[in-house]
Amino acid sequence: MIPAAFDYVRAGSVEEALAALAEHGDEAKLMAGGHSLIPLMRYRLVTPGVVVDVGNLNGDLRGIGVADGTVSIGALTRHSELEHSAELADACPMLAHVASVVGDPAVRHRGTLGGSLAHADPASDLPAAVLALGATLVARGPGGQREIAAADFFTGFLESVLADDEMLTEIRLPVSGGGWNYQKFNRRAQDWAIVGVVVAEDAKGVSLVNMGSTPMRATAVEQAVAGGASAADAAAMAADDASPPSDLNGDAEYRGHLARVLTERALKAAGIA
Amino acid sequence: MTITDENAGIGSRMLRKEDGALVTGEAKFVDDIHVPGELWMGMVRSTAAHARIVSIDASAAKEMPGVEAVHTGAELAAMELWVAPLPCAWPVTDDMANPPHWPVAPDTVHHVGEIVAVVLADSRYGAADAVEQVVVEYESLAAVASIDQAVADTDHAHTDLGTNKAYTWAIDEDPEGTQAAFDAAAHSVTCRFEQQRLIPAAMEPRGVVAVPSPMGGDVTLYSASQVPHILKVMAAATTGIPEQKIRVIAPAVGGGFGAKLNINPDEILAITLANRMGRAVRWTESRTEAAGSTHQGRGQMQYIELASDSDGRLTAIRVKIDADMGAYMMLITPGVPLLGSFLYHGVYETPKFSFTCEGWFTNRTPTDAYRGAGRPEASYAIERAMDMLSYEVGISPEEIRRRNYINGGEPFEMWENPAGISFDSGHYSPTLDRALEMADVAGLRAEQQRRRDAGEVKQLGIGLCTYVEICGLAPSRALGGLKYAAGGWEHATVRLLPTGKVEVVSGSTPHGQGHETSWSQIIATKMGVSPDDVTVLHSDTALSPLGLDTYGSRSLAVGGVAISMAAEKVIEKARLIAAHQFEAAPEDVEFEAGSFSVAGTPSKSVHIQELGFVAFAAHDLPDGLEPNLQEQVSFDPPNFAFPFGTHVAVVEIDEDTGGVDLIGYFAVDDCGNQINPLIVEGQVHGGVVQGAAQALYEVAVYDDQANITNPSLMDYLVPSAAEVPSISTDFTCTPSTTNPLGVKGVGEAGTIGSAAAVINAVVDALRPHGITDMAMPASPMRVRQAIEAAKGGAS
Ligand SMILES: Cc1cc2nc3c(=O)[nH]c(=O)nc-3n(C[C@H](O)[C@H](O)[C@H](O)COP(=O)(O)OP(=O)(O)OC[C@H]3O[C@@H](n4cnc5c(N)ncnc54)[C@H](O)[C@@H]3O)c2cc1C
Repeated sequence: MIPAAFDYVRAGSVEEALAALAEHGDEAKLMAGGHSLIPLMRYRLVTPGVVVDVGNLNGDLRGIGVADGTVSIGALTRHSELEHSAELADACPMLAHVASVVGDPAVRHRGTLGGSLAHADPASDLPAAVLALGATLVARGPGGQREIAAADFFTGFLESVLADDEMLTEIRLPVSGGGWNYQKFNRRAQDWAIVGVVVAEDAKGVSLVNMGSTPMRATAVEQAVAGGASAADAAAMAADDASPPSDLNGDAEYRGHLARVLTERALKAAGIA
Repeated sequence: MTITDENAGIGSRMLRKEDGALVTGEAKFVDDIHVPGELWMGMVRSTAAHARIVSIDASAAKEMPGVEAVHTGAELAAMELWVAPLPCAWPVTDDMANPPHWPVAPDTVHHVGEIVAVVLADSRYGAADAVEQVVVEYESLAAVASIDQAVADTDHAHTDLGTNKAYTWAIDEDPEGTQAAFDAAAHSVTCRFEQQRLIPAAMEPRGVVAVPSPMGGDVTLYSASQVPHILKVMAAATTGIPEQKIRVIAPAVGGGFGAKLNINPDEILAITLANRMGRAVRWTESRTEAAGSTHQGRGQMQYIELASDSDGRLTAIRVKIDADMGAYMMLITPGVPLLGSFLYHGVYETPKFSFTCEGWFTNRTPTDAYRGAGRPEASYAIERAMDMLSYEVGISPEEIRRRNYINGGEPFEMWENPAGISFDSGHYSPTLDRALEMADVAGLRAEQQRRRDAGEVKQLGIGLCTYVEICGLAPSRALGGLKYAAGGWEHATVRLLPTGKVEVVSGSTPHGQGHETSWSQIIATKMGVSPDDVTVLHSDTALSPLGLDTYGSRSLAVGGVAISMAAEKVIEKARLIAAHQFEAAPEDVEFEAGSFSVAGTPSKSVHIQELGFVAFAAHDLPDGLEPNLQEQVSFDPPNFAFPFGTHVAVVEIDEDTGGVDLIGYFAVDDCGNQINPLIVEGQVHGGVVQGAAQALYEVAVYDDQANITNPSLMDYLVPSAAEVPSISTDFTCTPSTTNPLGVKGVGEAGTIGSAAAVINAVVDALRPHGITDMAMPASPMRVRQAIEAAKGGAS
């Protein structure tokens, strides 16, 4: 529980952060809310030589704007800000709700949306929500800015397409309507989901938490609903493409069962009969 | 700060005096104490459960900045820093196996987490960095990773012993009679329960700071300990340092639950290395470290059989325990299962009783006391088995209990139990009646039936437990009879200061219980002073040289009684001074609400607080009377105390996910007279949650190589307030006959009652599936799998 030694750089701007990343290469790690990075450092599972702290950057990087049918969220927006935003409650209530069930209040006041996505933990809530919403992630690097579809972003357990010298700056979502729901199954209120199921926009987007090495869309379920299947019939396919992990909270078989149960509940709660 | 009204004596719900300092951060815990020049210990811990140490290469670690020394176990042994292994104070049988447990393993390791080398560095970070650089080569030996493997006895946790069995201990006067009762039984049940290992997760981890005085030649050890007095004696015996040169201080201590009542390697290392280096030496455990280094709780396989007549009246109980000692005998490891041995018949009369316990070594972290220590295990076994018998007989859980309560559920005093000890007092039916009424069990059963009939996903379960426990440890003679090395008295001093304030010196040491508050209330009532005028000194062997500390729900029933008795002695001496002032005979001087007066002449009176200065000035004392008002008492109780109660747990089970939600909890406890009902309720709340945690959440999971796989609070599921319902409490009052205050302990009662109540509720919910038992913790996966298995695999 004692991290190894590291240097600390507090970035005053995105440019400074990118410069520090460029200078230190894979030795460097960005820190936003620190609520995923610091635990890993304390276990010495990661030992960055330089921590580049962007947690205090504000401006466009922090906050929620809605214009022309698009919601723009700064990467450093805290979970608690998503949870309590009036704009988001209107434009994308599902995301506000998912943010409200992350961890506990202390975690939600530090953790950032960008940090949660960049961390790419398949057990996290927000990556699956963003995936179901068909979001676009905006990253900046030495070569400028690029846009990445959420569907292309997550590549493996704690891995994404982000390069070491890139930083997420913004998340863009379509204003979303229709029935939605999030079913998070865990044992203690502050815990990660053993399995979670997100339903967005009348099940045009259905995604699964902790059912594989990345957050994933339950495509079979989406297609079945689109084809007019009942919630029960669609949900039966929830785990078909998944290869869930086994751990103390649940083996793969139990997780598959939970995915089916929770998907049916989520679909029904979203108004799919 | 004034926090009390004038009348806050015995029985009032006074707010705790301690809390202001605790919640503002003014109170200092061990980790807050810093000494110039201090060195941090970093422990190199074994990654193997059972192995010979082939080599340890510390050369790189020694070169690191800030590192003062690295010592291996073999080097430390050669330095002769200690004269005896870490102590076991409870050799339960003459032939008990007790392999030596050195602070640092000299050549062979016996569990993951055992210390193999210690680093001394000038910072905590430097120590942690150096620990990573020490390279240890092991030659592995077969590891005994479970109780079943220990009992199979093919691989041995200690190769030299040639067996894993540590001891056999039995209460079995008439085995043939017991067997005959089973042969003749109309009904019988046979159950096997596992008491999973638990990690005691006090809010404050363990930690030490040893401060040497090289010129004065003594050493002060600050330790997050429940047992500073015992630690001082044992540290002297282990290190060979003369006892009068060791001072132990337990500053503010953030919970213990038994895990802080041991004599740990780090404590002995800190004292001896501080003396050797002439510098303060400190260490604070991390959570992950704690899982391997601090003892764990429970760890038993229980086999319990009940025989009854056709009405469900018990005719015999037979119990066999296989108890997991872990790798070594720590302070009271072998005795913990035996604390329960006297209680396996619970609150029930049984003509025949057989109990056998075998202790087994495994290559896992040692076990020892954890809240309830042996009694939660016992009450779990008998209360689960009674439910099973009720299914067998076809009567309700409450009815089977009523039919078997000691003395038919009517009040009793000094009832001799089949294990040969006397229950001080008891009256069980009223706690059951009140609990059934408070929980509205009749209404709950109707709702349960409605949900069953409707085939709802969320089913209700209602679970009962009537427990009795043995606490107030303990009559010294009884402990001697059980081969426990020390006594069970407690010491107290009460001092009336010159200005009329009162100083109480307590031998029992708080680690969160609120002794300062309760002792002040006792003094307030006894001496007629405000609790704000009372200060309690404790937990420092220089201020409070005599004491036997806090465990086994003993503080009030032994230590609090000693305080009360010492106050009475002060009053008696003060009466002599008052009589002298009044020129009256002491027999004619009355004492009420703090004032002495002569019988029949109430106008002439003096408050006891005014006599503080009189005794101090000593200008005009009765002939031959010593100056000052200070009296002390060592109280050795004539018997244990036996609190009891009935708990009702209500769970809702989501049959599709297997998730269990504890939605209601009703506790009716009887701990005799109460000093502070607010503190009593707090103890019940915490205790209930700790037992419910065993039932639903907590388990230390070992793999087949005896590695602990969940040594963090992310994977070891300590429940939070969000997981438990608001707990409803009520009390009956059956005073103890063991002590003049009529008090019993309550620190462990909640835990002793709750695991059985919760699992009884879980099984009650699932009974329509034909499910009659559920292993702890009843995790969602386990519950769901049981439902699927009962349905024949269909999900
Ligand atoms: C007790 C606890 C409980 C939790 N429970 C949950 C839960 O139930 N559900 C859940 O989803 N999460 C949970 N979390 C995780 C929490 O939501 C994290 O805060 C979040 O996952 C990471 O956000 P952060 O801002 O703290 O990122 P950090 O910890 O600062 O960073 C995480 C990773 O992302 C990188 N990074 C951060 N920001 C950027 C950026 N802008 N661009 C590129 N890379 C970046 C960092 O370099 C690092 O690798 C919990 C955390 C804790 C401590």
